[in-house]
Amino acid sequence: MKNRIINYLEMAGVSWLVPVVRLCSGENPREQFSDLFSGIGLPVIALVAFLFVWAGAASQVKTSLGDLPGPVAVWAQGENLWQEYKTERAKEQAFYERQEERNQKKLEKDPNAEIKVREYTGRVTFIDQIWTSLITVFTGFVIASLIAIPIGVVCGLSRNLYGAISPLIQIFKPVSPLAWLPIVTMVVSAVYVTDNPMFEKSFINSAITVTLCSLWPTLINTAMAVSSIDKDLINVGRVIRLNWTAQIFKIAIPASLPVIFTGLRISLGIGWMVLIAAEMLAQNPGLGKFVWDEFQNGSSDSLARIMFAVLAIGLIGFLLDWIMVAFQRVLSHDKNV
Amino acid sequence: MSKVFMFKRNEFEVAETMIQSEAKNNPAFLELSDVSIEFQTKKGPFKALDNVNLKIGNGEFISIIGHSGCGKSTVLNIVAGLHKATTGGVILNNKEVDEPGPDRAVVFQNHSLLPWLTCYQNVELAVKAIFKKRMNKAEMKSWIEHNLSLVHMDHAMHKYPAEVSGGMKQRVGIARALAMQPTVLLMDEPFGALDALTRAHLQDSVMEIQAELKNTVIMITHDVDEAVLLSDKIVMMTNGPAATIGEILAIDLERPRDRIRLANDKRYNEYRTEVLKFLYERQHRPSEH
Repeated sequence: MKNRIINYLEMAGVSWLVPVVRLCSGENPREQFSDLFSGIGLPVIALVAFLFVWAGAASQVKTSLGDLPGPVAVWAQGENLWQEYKTERAKEQAFYERQEERNQKKLEKDPNAEIKVREYTGRVTFIDQIWTSLITVFTGFVIASLIAIPIGVVCGLSRNLYGAISPLIQIFKPVSPLAWLPIVTMVVSAVYVTDNPMFEKSFINSAITVTLCSLWPTLINTAMAVSSIDKDLINVGRVIRLNWTAQIFKIAIPASLPVIFTGLRISLGIGWMVLIAAEMLAQNPGLGKFVWDEFQNGSSDSLARIMFAVLAIGLIGFLLDWIMVAFQRVLSHDKNV
Repeated sequence: MSKVFMFKRNEFEVAETMIQSEAKNNPAFLELSDVSIEFQTKKGPFKALDNVNLKIGNGEFISIIGHSGCGKSTVLNIVAGLHKATTGGVILNNKEVDEPGPDRAVVFQNHSLLPWLTCYQNVELAVKAIFKKRMNKAEMKSWIEHNLSLVHMDHAMHKYPAEVSGGMKQRVGIARALAMQPTVLLMDEPFGALDALTRAHLQDSVMEIQAELKNTVIMITHDVDEAVLLSDKIVMMTNGPAATIGEILAIDLERPRDRIRLANDKRYNEYRTEVLKFLYERQHRPSEH
């Protein structure tokens, strides 16, 4: 039981919780407290020290919007943003209730009356922007992976093909997302023409920009991993006469999974960074737009709200990486990540 | 062992005795004739093997010994079909070898187990690929378990390779090869990466299995004691480039062989000296040239 819990915790990447479990089961407390100190105590001390330095330094900087906000002001704005979200949701609910009531009444008077159902179009809050960004980055990342992994596998298997497209990869890899954005925007508005669009154009623009930038690490890592598989593992497959697809799915891909995952993690990290920048530049909905709007807004709260957004962006990036690590632990044979 | 196993083993033995009786008429069960191989390198062609001729009878245990880099692994890879000879060829049981196949199962030097599969699943991968039309699920399961128990790995078969010792991994590698029902078992320095004690254990296991299954075996080794202890014939290779067979020494020691008793056996020591003389007097180390 205990070992299973510890196993799950380690799989989930929260191995600093392991000493707590061991402590509860009555294992040598001294050892556990020392583990606990290095696992939780030290990071907390560093965090507190950082907050003090921040608070001290921030009060020294006078901007045109007042003092640079310290941790307290930023936290207060964080609560504010949450409050705004809740108020907005309450308003939305009230709107739909009113609409429902109105329509009910209309129908009572005249069962054949034409009723109108309107979408609520209120203010877009911080939390909504987070969701938009998450969905966008996820979409872009999934598309990128679906393209990059198969191409990477084929490149890994064929030295000639990899040699052929390697220059293209090297040229496109370092291109900044902001350079892609105008091209993507123009191409999307030219190609994606429907009367009844399933997705917003801005969403597609952002997602494709993420795709274009997060393609390369996965592609390169996959190609490298597949091309450097232990020759003997391939020979095992040849001796038992696995066919081509079985060679790929039973030997090549599982063997390269640890390195592919490293590529995926880098890709997702880049995708998240790229997305925020793209949203700022293109004014596409998302966290980037939130930051830019607040900057343009220039109220006395703006800086604190931007700082809160920055922290949120960082935290979400960290969580995304953490999820990838957990996936990697479950799916790949290399458990030492 | 359950009755199912016995039944199955007998069934396979029928097939094997057919092969054997066929081979009795044909002393060269496995024949390498005029095998040469050239590798294309940036500096031009490199001739690794030149004119290798070897005849191996059915059920014989052959060791190939030589200094490192002399191309002994290349010989094995050509028999396995993993490399193609530039000239000459290999005939096994009247058929030419032109691609790898389970009838020439290979035990690789570094076990080459797939790390994401358990020991059982590693053997299963091979059994499923080879016997998918000939065995049902229950038969496959008992066949896999039978081969793992043959190498004394039945107690840890559901562990991952990373969770067992080097010697145990190599045991699973041998079980996987045996599970392919090979006509010839090829072992490429199978115990080279193991410590001396583990190596001795595995050598004993191989002798036991060999006594039971009477496979034809080709083993690459650089260990003189191992070669003399296990083999019916020792093939000694000259140094490369263009390496070839220098001498063949028949080891006429009765089986079962016991390493402790043989340590003071006169013939055993003569054979040992013979091999050592070949390696250190007639063939210098490549670095001493």
